[in-house]
Amino acid sequence: MSNNAWLIAALPLGAFALIALGARRSPALSAWLTILAIGLGGALSLQVLREIAAGARIEQSMEWLPLGHGLGLTVGFQVDPLTAIMLVVVTSVSLLVQIYSLGYMHGDNGYSRYYAAMSLFTFSMLGLVLANSLLTMYIFWELVGLCSYLLIGHWHERPEASAAAKKAFIVTRLGDFGFLLGILFLYWHAGTLEFRGLEEAAAAGRIPAAALTVGMLLVFCGAVGKSAQFPLHVWLPDAMEGPTPVSALIHAATMVVAGVYLMARTFPLLEHSATAMMVVAVVGGFTAIFAASMGIVANDIKRVLAYSTVSQLGYMIMAIGLGAMSAGMFHLFNHAFFKALLFLCAGSLIHLMDTNDLSAMGGLRRQRPITFIATTIAALSLAGIFPLSGFWSKDEILAAAASTNPLLFAAALATVFLTATYMFRLIFLAFLGNPRGQTHDHPEPLSMTIPLLVLIVPSVASGLLGTALFGNPFGSFLEGRAVTAEVNLPVAGISTAVALAGILLAWVLYGDGRVEASARLAARFQPVHTLLVNRYYMDHLYNGFVARIVLGFGWLSNRIDLSLIDAFVNGIGSTTISAATSMRRMQSGQLQAYAWAFFAGTVALAVVAALPLLMGTR
Amino acid sequence: MPPAFPPLYPITLQHGLILGAALFSIGLAGALTKRNSIVILMAIEVMLNGVNVTFVAFARQLEPAVLTGQVFALFIITVAAAEAAVGLALIIAIYHLRHSVQIDEANELQG
Repeated sequence: MSNNAWLIAALPLGAFALIALGARRSPALSAWLTILAIGLGGALSLQVLREIAAGARIEQSMEWLPLGHGLGLTVGFQVDPLTAIMLVVVTSVSLLVQIYSLGYMHGDNGYSRYYAAMSLFTFSMLGLVLANSLLTMYIFWELVGLCSYLLIGHWHERPEASAAAKKAFIVTRLGDFGFLLGILFLYWHAGTLEFRGLEEAAAAGRIPAAALTVGMLLVFCGAVGKSAQFPLHVWLPDAMEGPTPVSALIHAATMVVAGVYLMARTFPLLEHSATAMMVVAVVGGFTAIFAASMGIVANDIKRVLAYSTVSQLGYMIMAIGLGAMSAGMFHLFNHAFFKALLFLCAGSLIHLMDTNDLSAMGGLRRQRPITFIATTIAALSLAGIFPLSGFWSKDEILAAAASTNPLLFAAALATVFLTATYMFRLIFLAFLGNPRGQTHDHPEPLSMTIPLLVLIVPSVASGLLGTALFGNPFGSFLEGRAVTAEVNLPVAGISTAVALAGILLAWVLYGDGRVEASARLAARFQPVHTLLVNRYYMDHLYNGFVARIVLGFGWLSNRIDLSLIDAFVNGIGSTTISAATSMRRMQSGQLQAYAWAFFAGTVALAVVAALPLLMGTR
Repeated sequence: MPPAFPPLYPITLQHGLILGAALFSIGLAGALTKRNSIVILMAIEVMLNGVNVTFVAFARQLEPAVLTGQVFALFIITVAAAEAAVGLALIIAIYHLRHSVQIDEANELQG
């Protein structure tokens, strides 16, 4: 099966093509085609995982653009442990989200379009993880960006949604430009873009150290954009304008972790540059605490989760920068499940209330007990409470930080505290206390409840795969050798205590759904609150400063284009037209006028021919 | 065998050329000034015959033994016949269209 692993990606592409070609007329058919394709892909992924675990390694590529002199570009796919894990994560979360969407998107005008875009996205994401070269990856990298744009803007008739879609696309493109430069730069120095070739070139020292640092930092720009790291994190909270299942799949579990995956994939190169590692770790660590602080004050349930996602992505990036690549991937693996679960739970509440506003919720534990339980479990997992999955991966990352960089360790611990606080603030405000808003009284469709129940299992247990209790199968699988995991007891103790303190703080402030606490705190800490609510004025900075420069440059270019280039081209045209206008009067249609012209011409020629003769005889 | 009665005034090259030029000029004047397309066609025929006379005159003067010039004249007569046929057909077509053969009225092909 591993030989044909590309089939896993081809299946959703086929579903997309069928929907686009005609199945779109039947919304139910479109949905079930997507679910069928992804379900089959999921089954194949599990088979691939088994074969990889048994030791298989596949890489196939074909020449795409021969450039001569032995140079050329190839496209291809590879399957190794990293890919196999990602395949399973992407197909399983995607499958559950598609099933959830059956109920959530029911009755939507763009139901078929939604499923077509979801199929295309799943194809692109699977292509991205299967890619065996930076170039192939870049192609799919842009494709997932496109799908993200399409899905954020799914309700394009809402101006906020289409603005958010544009923002997401443009901001990530900014990072992708750096990524592209990095690809060109690495190709310039290594002569290949295949990961294996690049790794060999780096290991053999064929890439100068400075070039490797510059190249990897440029590639990291792509990860900064896609994984919403500081300073390009601004698009992800706005991306919450998309349908909630989209947020769960694309903006929590899969696409946004593409940056983390990219850094894990190029980790063998990154390892050779201490500077690049340092930058990656610091950007990740800073993003983690930076985003978590904004999560504290957000009142939109999805935005809280979005800030949490940015923060957790920062965690993963920091882990990779600290050299703990498998810890970062482990956190990615666990995070995909519990964060998808949190988003689907949020979707369940939004479906019930028709609002994202936490202050309008309250007391929902009675109407949605399953959602309440699922959210609580996922939040405990996210906060890193023993023995849920988040605890294990977070502990590994914290241990790595503790042993290498005390400053980053402190930042990570502060993030743990903030994470626990904002998650439980969300739970207390949404589920406890008395209802504050109107709810529909329709029961939740089964298709929405089942994915929640299924996702509870990995949110609780996926972490056990990476524990010493079971001999760390996750780490051993990823590294391809037996790796033991140790629970760093002091670190685990401190982080659990910090997380519990965060939960306690949330209880003291917001327990029993005291929504008025928000206003009181805002008044008490007004400067801080203003800063946080305005997202550190990053958007203002971009809109007021960066955008103004870009728009000014655009205005200037436009003027030059209109008054210089266009004027020249139009001038050629108008000169020709005026010349033709004056000359067409010669064409009178009078045959004899033409005959006179012939005659005059002949006489003139005769005179010219006879001129030497006349001169000679004189 | 020489002619039985030698001409009183031998016809020289100049005579032929003057006649040819006169015919050509008369034809040209007619073609340029007349408005009736049939008259123009006839004027063109006169121009062609002026050329024929010139050809024969030169041929007789330069190469009396061979008949190259005379053969050219015959060709031109043939072509002129064809031209007259085509020209008349065109004139009839124009007449059908406009009920007139005045060439200055057929001026639609203008810029």
